[in-house]
Amino acid sequence: MNYTFIALVENRPGVLNRVASLFRRRNFNIESLAVGRTEDPEVSRMTVVVDCPNGDMDAHKIEANLYKLVNVIDVQDVTRQPSVTRDLALIKVKVGPEKRAEVNGLADIFRARIVDVATDSVIVEITGTEDKIEGMIELLRPLGIVEMVRTGQVAMTRGVNDGVRRVPGVNGHRFEDVSELAEMTP
Amino acid sequence: MKKTGAEILWECLVREGVEVVFGYPGGANMPIYDAMLSYPVHHVLVRHEQGGAHMADGYARASGKVGVSMGTSGPGATNLVTGIATAMMDSVPVVFITGQVAAHLIGGDAFQEVDVTGITLPITKHNYLVTRADEIAEVVREAFYIARSGRPGPVLIDICKNAQVEQTEFIYPEEVKLPGYQPVSHAPKDSLDEAVKLIEKAQRPIILCGHGVLMSKAEEALMQFAVKTQTPVASTLLGLGAFPASHELSLGMMGMHGEVHTNLAIQNSDLILAFGMRFDDRVTGTLKTYAPRAKKIHIEIDPSEVHKNVAVDVPLVGDLKTVLSDLIPLVDEYDHEEWKKEINAWKTEADSRSIMNWEDDGKLYVAHLIGDIWKATGGGAIVTTDVGQHQMWTAQYYQLDKPNRWLTSGGAGTMGFGLPAAIGAWFAAKDQEIWAIAGDGGFQMTAAELTTAVQEGANVKVAIMNNSFLGMVRQWQEFFFEKRYSAVNMLAPDFVKLADAHGVPARRVTKREEVDEAIEWARKTKGPVVLEFRVEMEDAVYPMVPAGAALDQMIQRPAKV
Repeated sequence: MNYTFIALVENRPGVLNRVASLFRRRNFNIESLAVGRTEDPEVSRMTVVVDCPNGDMDAHKIEANLYKLVNVIDVQDVTRQPSVTRDLALIKVKVGPEKRAEVNGLADIFRARIVDVATDSVIVEITGTEDKIEGMIELLRPLGIVEMVRTGQVAMTRGVNDGVRRVPGVNGHRFEDVSELAEMTP
Repeated sequence: MKKTGAEILWECLVREGVEVVFGYPGGANMPIYDAMLSYPVHHVLVRHEQGGAHMADGYARASGKVGVSMGTSGPGATNLVTGIATAMMDSVPVVFITGQVAAHLIGGDAFQEVDVTGITLPITKHNYLVTRADEIAEVVREAFYIARSGRPGPVLIDICKNAQVEQTEFIYPEEVKLPGYQPVSHAPKDSLDEAVKLIEKAQRPIILCGHGVLMSKAEEALMQFAVKTQTPVASTLLGLGAFPASHELSLGMMGMHGEVHTNLAIQNSDLILAFGMRFDDRVTGTLKTYAPRAKKIHIEIDPSEVHKNVAVDVPLVGDLKTVLSDLIPLVDEYDHEEWKKEINAWKTEADSRSIMNWEDDGKLYVAHLIGDIWKATGGGAIVTTDVGQHQMWTAQYYQLDKPNRWLTSGGAGTMGFGLPAAIGAWFAAKDQEIWAIAGDGGFQMTAAELTTAVQEGANVKVAIMNNSFLGMVRQWQEFFFEKRYSAVNMLAPDFVKLADAHGVPARRVTKREEVDEAIEWARKTKGPVVLEFRVEMEDAVYPMVPAGAALDQMIQRPAKV
């Protein structure tokens, strides 16, 4: 089963490599990984979707191992939390003028947009959950998809809820709070 | 006042209490070596960077301080890799400092350029690439803090040559700011209460004492807990010495070459108290049948070790000493007489087969030699080993009552560790007796460090157990590959002449009656000494749990005919 994690990491060179290397080293398979800036210039946010064949036990391992990385500040599992997840795809379909209307119609139904039109192709931009994008792809495929790119999933919990934090000790504490548990005297 | 990056590095090292570094100079760290001359730090010039890494490791294990090892860029850094991995697997705090080509050359395949932070990413607790002089103070401060706190481990700092020579204002950072690195010390109260409930119900409890006991300096807390609850204590390879071997509650080593009664006790226990250990495959045997009736309490500072190999009932994540100190007042006193009697019966049965009861039959057995060294040194020496048969025999028969005297590569299983680790330990404990026990194979891997020992006057005694085989591989081939010996016959140099060429006094011992005198001679002779023991070629380490077998499926030493 796929689990979705949100990781806040320090915005420094090499952090993405550390995270990616960790998944490879611990034998986990990344389904998708999206990284970007946050409202805080010192913090980047990653949304990682990982295949966890052993369910929550694997999710615990992933969280705990992410925390071993010095640059990882906070990890939440939002798999079962009420959350908004989005993926963006650009899909280039090989259609001439005669079939553009058909693509346009499909795009309307999926609330997708045609963002480029060339003589022999169009580019469709679609944003939504994975299911929705997969559905659109299925319908466009017979028309001839020549190229496709996806951002990978990004996620945000709804309301004031956080995701699940399983790791003992760090569990449930943002880094501001956890300092009372930590012995910071080097 | 402005200082060069190299000067700032040494300013910081001195402030971290560094007194000795083990290293090797080269093109990319020459400014560091030039600046070193102005600072009160002793530099040990090693013969190979791997040796330097193991020396810093041995120093750290024996002293409880952070070891420091240096190398230049490229091959200097890659030679460190085995030593870094060794420290990582055994959670030893070592800071490695490598030179790197100038920042503007990075990525251009410059002379002696290697992506060292890339290579060492999976084998360090953390690493840094420093491209500017003004980063150095903060990075060094963080590196030492990370290396020694939480679950300790190696940290590497790769410093570009331009950063070493650039001048900048030296500001020593007052505190470390690491928002993502917050090691915990106390475990939550409700988890402690759950643990107490399991301890109350237990009839057959056993403590598994790991390296974490030593790392956390929790020896006394362990003793208090064990005595108060009368719980027998089994030890992992790296936990040896944390609980006195001569104590009536001590069960000795568990696992693949652990004691029979110890493994039986684990398999028959109803409560496992795992203290600072990680259920390595070498101590559990197959997980399918591991301690099937036991509830498990795991006190561990690294959350990623919890449930990693063995799912536990109550994880207590925190610093072992702190958690135990919180736990001890909550537990009642017990006696567990029945359980201890049961274990003792297993022990009596197993002891009857012990090789230590054998009469002298004209051959030299490593087990006997370790026993002889143990007797001669009163069991109080610092003992380092390489990896293989001699390591297991030393673990079994050099019975330690005191902590931080047993330096061996456990997790990584690094051959060639013994001699350099002993030299490093000597810098930590010059007043103590130090023995490096090596096999003929492992000794040849880092034998060049004999000269380092001579140059430094390191008072280390090297005992080479020469069976002319790569003994442990040979043993596996005997047991599991129908005695088809493949690439285990090893020609060795004349070790006595080799030592002589290094200016090291040496003797060869072939008979049991020569042993005591040779050991005494080595102990009395100042400086490094080599003893070569020509031991029985095809002896095997018993008991043995074959890889993948259940922990109580042990091959025991055949009764002597």
